Amino acid sequence: MNKIFSMSRKDVLTFVIFSAVVLLMPIWLQPFGAAYPDLMQKFAIFGILAIGFNVLFGLTGYLSFGHAAFLGVGSYTAVWTFKLFSMNPIPALILAVIMAGLFALAIGYVSLRRSGIYFSILTLAFAQMSYNLAYSVLTPITNGETGLQLELQDPRVIDSAFGSTSDGSLPVSNLFGLVDMNGIPGFYFCAVFLIIGFFITQRIFASPFGMMLRAIKSNQTRMNYTGFNTRPYTLTAFVISGMFAGLAGGLMAVTDPLAGAERMQWTASGEIVLMTILGGVGTLIGPVVGAWLIKYFENIFSSFNESVLHNLFAFLPDGVEKFVVEITSMFVGEGWHLTLGLIFMLVVTFLPGGMMEGFRRIGSLFNRDGGDKAKPNEKTPAPAPAE
Amino acid sequence: MDAIFLQFLNGLDKGGAYALIALGLTLVFGTLGVVNFAHGALFMLGAFCAVTLRKLLTLEMVATDPEKVTAWGTPLEIRTPYVEAWFGDFGAFMVDFSVPFSILLAIPVMLVIGVVMERGLIKHFYRRPHAEQILVTFGLAIVLQEIIKHYFGANPIPQPMPSAVGGAADIGAALGMDPNVIVYPWWRLIYFAFSVVVIGAVFAFLQFTTFGMVVRAGMADRETVGLIGIDIDKRFTAMFGLAAIVAGMAGVMYTPLLPPDYHLGMDFLVLSFVVVVVGGMGSLPGAVAAGFLLGILQSLASMTEIKAIIPGIDQIIIYLVAVIILLVRPRGLLGRRGVMES
Repeated sequence: MNKIFSMSRKDVLTFVIFSAVVLLMPIWLQPFGAAYPDLMQKFAIFGILAIGFNVLFGLTGYLSFGHAAFLGVGSYTAVWTFKLFSMNPIPALILAVIMAGLFALAIGYVSLRRSGIYFSILTLAFAQMSYNLAYSVLTPITNGETGLQLELQDPRVIDSAFGSTSDGSLPVSNLFGLVDMNGIPGFYFCAVFLIIGFFITQRIFASPFGMMLRAIKSNQTRMNYTGFNTRPYTLTAFVISGMFAGLAGGLMAVTDPLAGAERMQWTASGEIVLMTILGGVGTLIGPVVGAWLIKYFENIFSSFNESVLHNLFAFLPDGVEKFVVEITSMFVGEGWHLTLGLIFMLVVTFLPGGMMEGFRRIGSLFNRDGGDKAKPNEKTPAPAPAE
Repeated sequence: MDAIFLQFLNGLDKGGAYALIALGLTLVFGTLGVVNFAHGALFMLGAFCAVTLRKLLTLEMVATDPEKVTAWGTPLEIRTPYVEAWFGDFGAFMVDFSVPFSILLAIPVMLVIGVVMERGLIKHFYRRPHAEQILVTFGLAIVLQEIIKHYFGANPIPQPMPSAVGGAADIGAALGMDPNVIVYPWWRLIYFAFSVVVIGAVFAFLQFTTFGMVVRAGMADRETVGLIGIDIDKRFTAMFGLAAIVAGMAGVMYTPLLPPDYHLGMDFLVLSFVVVVVGGMGSLPGAVAAGFLLGILQSLASMTEIKAIIPGIDQIIIYLVAVIILLVRPRGLLGRRGVMES
């Protein structure tokens, strides 16, 4: 037990700062106009998702294009737990994580027999299978296109055993009947899990297990020649990251008890990849930053419409203003994905390490000019993109 | 038996589309070594070439007929497309056959798009890891489809097929079976024939022209071809253009079967990648064979008799086959040893 909590000073510092940043979100997000609960819940949930994905992709280099399937499984499990047993989020999350873990075990066991692009295609195939089945044959479980929802006549055996009565409206998920899981309490509930998740990944990164995974990323063949069977390690990483995704899916259901199949579509998996890459693959904080940035800008950009733009550019002469609005309207509002795609292409092309590498480069630029404050390990030049 | 035969036919046109896209994917991969996730977007762009041409051809001039009035008392409006007014019957013929005519538009457009894409973006990713190639082309695919969405909207835009081939062919009667049992739409047959012709043309081009020979040599050993003094990069760029043209033409001809919308490409891309992997990464015949095979399997699986045994099989059959193939025969049906196995 002691060993688990023995962290280097740098790790402790990172962890404390990270927790503070997450918990103080309602305050420091105010000036950005993002301090409302719905968005902050998303920040926390997608942060968890990206962290978990990073355990697989960042450490082992296995690019899964089917991670959304675990998200979906988590959501469905959580909603079913609400329906059958209790509106308490704890059992729902536990079951969601377990189910996603089992799912990941099955899919990972098969997919990890292959590597490289074949692995990506296999995970993609499994995710598409789950998505198609959720839409068609499994409709009794998933409620097809409508999505799985709570209903008034759900049994909720545990809740009714404790004598909670329905007041004619749909119940809200609540922690032992004390706090409702929406608004700010809902955010803090998710935030606690984000912090726990961050702690776990931090430990994985620092552990011999994490070292092993990184060795697999850099040269799996050599690992095999040295006599290591790498598959149990990659499978463990796969299951862990699937469980993170299941947790995120469960939390989505906790904050909004609805589960739909579109959560499992492969474009959703693509979004997870985007977040991780944008922030910085293989770094601790990068994926979370990427998730926050994408969710933040999605929220900001989507709210821009033509009239907002007209107001924004009202100072320009008439003809120019029309032209500018015409151009910019392509990139905001409905067209926000265009901006996302462009940013993503630029990042992959010029900054394969994501935002974190960008920060490091800027940092080293200043350090070179201004003195010798750079830590030795930060001075190592980032791998230059090949032509 | 008749039902099986009918489903078999049904699979041919879909298989043709898969095969055409997978052929292009494999060409790009075999020559440039790049995994192109934006290839589906090229298919989609081709489909929108057809949409654009039809829009242009059906630009109408409005004249009012002073002698007749409508039920609302306003003068009757006569709308005639400009091309009809200018060229008479030939104009009407062009409007009717707008989809096949679009191929003439699609070839230069797709060539330009393909070459620009290769020189502008793909070129810089030859030696980067496959994961980064996938990611950057995935980003490009998003950008392309969002641009299309901006200009054409999010709804599918149906394209009529030429009225001359709008009906159905009684294939059963032609093969000496009972008439009116196996009836099949003409356009689907045309699509199948079209895909066979295009695939044949690509293979002939690679097999029987000097240019094709050099490209094949480059696929086998790029370095040596370079040492002989041939600028192989230029030819590979041309092959990327060719792959774009093939995908674009496949898209143009598919529009009457499936109204195109902006995410058409993504839907086909996933399936085509599965097709490529099943056929064997880097093998052109494998891609074509797997395309038709999976198309036929998919339509056979959607027979009610089979669905009664295994519910939902039609939804997952392609992926299921891919999983099984990848596990028991990792190289795919006709794949060469050592392609992307590191």
